[in-house]
Amino acid sequence: MTLIVPLGALLAIGVYQLISGIAEPPAVEITTIGYVDEAGGFDDYTTQGNIELVRFDTPDDATEALVKSDIKEYFVIPSDYISTGLINRYTLEKQLGTPPATATVIKNFLTSNLLTGKVPPETVYRIESPLNLVVTRLTETGEVAPEQGGFGNFVIPVVFSVLLVLSIMFSSTYLLQGLGEEKENRLIEILLSSITARQLLTGKVLGIGATGLVQVAVWVISIPRLLNLASSSIGGFISTIQIPANFLVLAVVYFILGYLLFAVLSAGIGAVSSNSREGQQLIGILTVPALIPLWFMSLLMLFPNNPVWVVLTIFPLTAPVEVMVRLGVSDIPAWQLGTSIAVLGLSIIGILLLTTKVFRTYLLMYGKRPTFREILRNLRSA
Amino acid sequence: MPAVEVNHIVKSYADKVAVDDLSFSVAQGEIFGLIGPNGAGKTTTIRMMMDIIKPDSGEVTILGEKLSEATKNKLGYMPEERGLYKKLRVIDSIVYLASLKGMDRRSAEEKANELLNHTGMLPHKGKKIEDLSRGMGQIIQFIVTIIHNPEVVILDEPFAGLDPVNTELFKRMFADLRNQGKAMILSTHQMNEVEELCDRILMINHGRSVLYGKLAEIKSKYRSNSVLLEFEGKLGDVPGVTEKRTHKGYVELVLDGNITPQQILERLVSTGIVINRFEVATPPLNEIFLKVVGRNHE
Repeated sequence: MTLIVPLGALLAIGVYQLISGIAEPPAVEITTIGYVDEAGGFDDYTTQGNIELVRFDTPDDATEALVKSDIKEYFVIPSDYISTGLINRYTLEKQLGTPPATATVIKNFLTSNLLTGKVPPETVYRIESPLNLVVTRLTETGEVAPEQGGFGNFVIPVVFSVLLVLSIMFSSTYLLQGLGEEKENRLIEILLSSITARQLLTGKVLGIGATGLVQVAVWVISIPRLLNLASSSIGGFISTIQIPANFLVLAVVYFILGYLLFAVLSAGIGAVSSNSREGQQLIGILTVPALIPLWFMSLLMLFPNNPVWVVLTIFPLTAPVEVMVRLGVSDIPAWQLGTSIAVLGLSIIGILLLTTKVFRTYLLMYGKRPTFREILRNLRSA
Repeated sequence: MPAVEVNHIVKSYADKVAVDDLSFSVAQGEIFGLIGPNGAGKTTTIRMMMDIIKPDSGEVTILGEKLSEATKNKLGYMPEERGLYKKLRVIDSIVYLASLKGMDRRSAEEKANELLNHTGMLPHKGKKIEDLSRGMGQIIQFIVTIIHNPEVVILDEPFAGLDPVNTELFKRMFADLRNQGKAMILSTHQMNEVEELCDRILMINHGRSVLYGKLAEIKSKYRSNSVLLEFEGKLGDVPGVTEKRTHKGYVELVLDGNITPQQILERLVSTGIVINRFEVATPPLNEIFLKVVGRNHE
């Protein structure tokens, strides 16, 4: 996983270059659309990009051509078009609606012919496409902000949060499996006759944490390099991808905290569950909250300031992923980040302490799963 | 100073009392048998000695101290169901577990090689644990138990699943360890091994002590009043013998209450038969075990 992600990205760039080097640009296909002009005056601008407009005298002629597949479709401009704006379109295909490309072609054809001779040609062109929006974000001092937002800004955090969720799932399963195996083959007794339960638990959690650190370090170092490589060779949208400024630091912090949180949870579940399969089911349920921010990502994009996101930022199980995703969409106020990091840190320590208490009691109860009430009673008496 | 001293330990689980007010001590340089039927509380007792679980009350001292980080390193423990990391190589498993007992890598490796050589396992040191036979795995487990030169060695069912050759190897090594002054505690229900190896025993049933003391004393206490005789010639009536039981190859003579085995031997010699074997019959531990446990069940 650690190396697969950057290597996979490298491979993807390589494959892209290979394919784009071999492949010839696809031949441009000219589509023919017929029209019947009952209103009159629609004679020019019959070439619109890849689409050729052919005039027919009557709808019957056009239908005949359509049936013979000479044309792809046709439309009729009725005599009262100017007052009604009504256009009848005929096609053989079953469609949900008129494809936007076709609609644009018809619209531009009509606009151009209506305006011809009345305004200069440049104005005609401008009327067809009046808006080419370029947004620049300024800082409070009026300078151009280094971080411009937008989708280019959104990609890396989202990719990173998906990777975080995957890593958490892999590593918690891994920890549970290890612990389950040690329980099942009784190695745990030998370990506990040499070290204390707290040492064992802390060692496991730190081990998993260190794995997470290595993983995130490899990714964080490789992402900018891979992006450079990708934007120079592929270009297009990829060259607009930016890494938000404070993202790298927060990514490392939340990655580690997220890792540790799920590591202590897995250790606790590993201690109370009777076998590793049962433990995996339980941790599976607990990793669902980590996925929630990804499910509601589209809502986050539409309503970035809803208080729900603040709750998800502070709730420890959702926090690591939610913060990653939110960083891609908007800024997160410092107090929210501070609270969320504090809550995460405290949860980790709290769960670690609780787990050490029940660890020893349940570790040796092979094949018997305690009820929730028993665990509570034990926690109180421990 | 006793190697292990257990004072009035009690451990109960939700539905039953596993160990009920148990006290015993084990001296250095002895092999001590902890015996009892399945579910008697042997493993729970051992786990409390190892500080894997805590007793509800009572205390355990090892070499005069309460169990701590440092004293744990003076203990060697082989649990009943053996476990090692299956994917790890033999030498790595030994060195890793020895390092948890505070050994540094180099001396652990040296000692591991020495013990592997001693047990004939040296050619397998690069193999993965999962590639070993069960008996071989057990030898590795035993090496792990004693590699850090512990003062107290606790073995839970050490002979389970061993072939006769390895059983002999284990017995020899146990005796060596005893001669080095280690305290050895064997928990088992295999009575013949206990009879052969142990100096003293503690028999427990339902978590309580039912027999405790020197093996020889216990056996003599439970001996029936009879002698075993292998002879050539014709055996007539012998005064003082109330019953003759003929077994395959020997006769068991049941004595009346007024005669000692010594006196009966003199009388037998005087009859002129050739005596090949004369033995005071002591019941096998197995029988004592059944008798005591049976009585306890009533």
